[in-house]
Amino acid sequence: MAIISVQGLRKAYKSKGKKKGGIVEAVQGIDLTVQKGEIFGFLGPNGAGKSTTLKMLSTLLSPDGGKAIIAGFDLLAHPARVRRQIGYVSQAGGADGSATGREDLHLQARLFGLSRDHARARANELIDALDLAPFVDRFSRTYSGGQRRKVDIALGMVHQPAVLFLDEPTTGLDPVSRAQLWNQIRLLRSGGTTVFLTTHYMDEADALCDRIAIIDTGKIVAEDSPAGLKRSISGDILSLTVNHVKDAVQISRETLKDLDFVREMSVEGASLTLVVTHGGEAIPIVLRLLEGRGVGVADISLSRPSLDDVFLRMTGHSLAKE
Amino acid sequence: MRFFTDFRLLFIRSVKGSLRNPVWLFLGLFQPALYLLLFAPLLQGLGSIPGFPAGGAYAVFTPGLLVMIALFGTAYAGFGLVDQIRAGVVERLLVTPASRLAILLGYVMRDVVVLLIQSCVIIAIALPMGLSVSLPGLLVTFAMMVLTGTLMASCSYALALILKREDSLASVLNTVATPLLLLSGITLPLTLAPKIIRSLASVNPFAYEVTASRSLFVGNFADSAIKVGIVFLASLALLAFIWAARSFRKGTA
Repeated sequence: MAIISVQGLRKAYKSKGKKKGGIVEAVQGIDLTVQKGEIFGFLGPNGAGKSTTLKMLSTLLSPDGGKAIIAGFDLLAHPARVRRQIGYVSQAGGADGSATGREDLHLQARLFGLSRDHARARANELIDALDLAPFVDRFSRTYSGGQRRKVDIALGMVHQPAVLFLDEPTTGLDPVSRAQLWNQIRLLRSGGTTVFLTTHYMDEADALCDRIAIIDTGKIVAEDSPAGLKRSISGDILSLTVNHVKDAVQISRETLKDLDFVREMSVEGASLTLVVTHGGEAIPIVLRLLEGRGVGVADISLSRPSLDDVFLRMTGHSLAKE
Repeated sequence: MRFFTDFRLLFIRSVKGSLRNPVWLFLGLFQPALYLLLFAPLLQGLGSIPGFPAGGAYAVFTPGLLVMIALFGTAYAGFGLVDQIRAGVVERLLVTPASRLAILLGYVMRDVVVLLIQSCVIIAIALPMGLSVSLPGLLVTFAMMVLTGTLMASCSYALALILKREDSLASVLNTVATPLLLLSGITLPLTLAPKIIRSLASVNPFAYEVTASRSLFVGNFADSAIKVGIVFLASLALLAFIWAARSFRKGTA
C-alpha cells in the first residue's frame, strides 16, 4: 500500500548570491511512490533537491505545483492534517541546546496535543526505546554528535507518526554512531513506521534502504531497490589506472573502446572504468593489449556494479568523487 | 484554547532558556549601568538651564536608559533566533500543529519579560542615587516598555528570518538603532536641540517615549507626548508583529 504518492511536485527559488535574480528550479516535477513500512532513500549529491523535496513533503515549504498524498491526506489542500501524520527531523537536528533532552521531548509531545501525563509517559517510552537515559537529563548542548542525533530523532517520533522524514540523518556522525543509527532506523521500520530519508552516502542507501530514488539536479533519474538498480547494469565493473606517461590514457581509450566485450567506458584522470561482460575473461585480454601498446598498468580491479556505477550511468558523473 | 496552551508552553520554555544564561541578561545591563553611574552625575549641574525638564538629573536620564536597553538589547533578540534556526529548533516547532503565532509570541513575550526585568534593575540602581519617581507614572512607563519590547523583538525576528546570518543582522541593527537612539534625546533633552534635529525627532517614536516617560516619572500625566507615544508605539508594535508573523509563515527555508 502506498503511503506517499507524489506527482509532478516542483519548486523554484529566486537565486541568491552570484547569479542573483535568476530562478533556480530546485525540484523539477518529480514523481515517486513510497510503500507503507519501508525505508525509502533519496540519494543524490548536495544541491540536488533532496532537502527541498523533504521540506515540501513535511509541510515546511509550499510547493509551486504538483500533487502529493501523504498517509491519506492531500498535502496541498490539508497541510495541517498531514502534519499530524508525519515526523520530520531536519539536517540541523532540532534539540535545543539550552534545554535537556527530556524537557524537549516533553514540550514536543505537548505541542502535538498530548496531555501532561501522556507526554511524560511518551517521553519515557522514547528514552527507553532509543536508549537515551544516560544523557537525557543533561543540557543538549553537552551531547556528542551521536547522542544529539538520537534525541533529534526521538523528537520527530513523539506523536507516533506514520511517516518519519529524516534529512541526512547520519551526516557528520562517526562510524560507530552511524551503525547504531542504522539499527535504530531498522527498529522503527519493524515497529511499522515508514521512514523516508535523504543521504548522499551510497553505502548507506545500499545497506539501509528498501528502495531508493536517485535524484540529480531536481529530477528523479531512477527509482528501484538497491539490488534492482545494480542489476540494471549487467556485467562487471573493471577499473584500471594507467601509468602517467604521455598519451597513456588516450592510447588506452582507443585500444579498448572497440572491443566487443566492453559495453561502456568512462575516463577520469588516469583512471578508466569499463563495464564488461565477463570480468575474468576481460582482464588478461585488456592487460595484454595495453602491454602491446606500451602502456603500463598501475592498478587493475574487478567489482560488481555499485550504486555509484548506477549513479554514474544515470547522471554522467560520479557521486563518490564529489 | 489550544493557542493559549501552546503559547504558555513555548513562553515558559523560552524564559527558562534565558534564565539559564543569566549572564546575557546582565551583560545587556552593563552599558546602561555605566551611563547611570558615570554619566548621569554630570547632568546634575544642568537643572537650571532653560529647556531642561523638571525632576532632576535622574528623572531626566533614567527614562532614556530604558529606551536604550530596548534599542541595544531587545533589538538583538534576533541573534538568538538565528541560533535556533541553525540548530533546527524552529523547524522542529513549525512541523508541530502549534499555531505559528503562538510560536512567535512565545519568543517575543520572553523578550518583553527580559526587558521588564532589566528595566526594574535600572530603576533599582537609580533610586538610591537620587531618582524619585511617581509610581502610577512608572507603571504607565512599563506599559510603554511592553510595546517597545514587542516592537523591537518583532523587527529583530523578522530581520533574522530574512537575513539568517548574525553578521548582516548586526550591521542592519546598528545602522538603524544608532540614529534612533541619538534622535530620541536620551542623553540630553531634545528641547536643547537645534530645530532641524527636533523636526527629525518628531517622527521618531522613541523620542515621544523618552519625553513621555520623563513627564510620567514626575507625575505629569497631562503631557500630550504620552498619548502620542503610546498610540505611535502600539501601532508600530502591531505592524512589526504582523511583519514577523509573515516572515515566520514564509518559513525558514
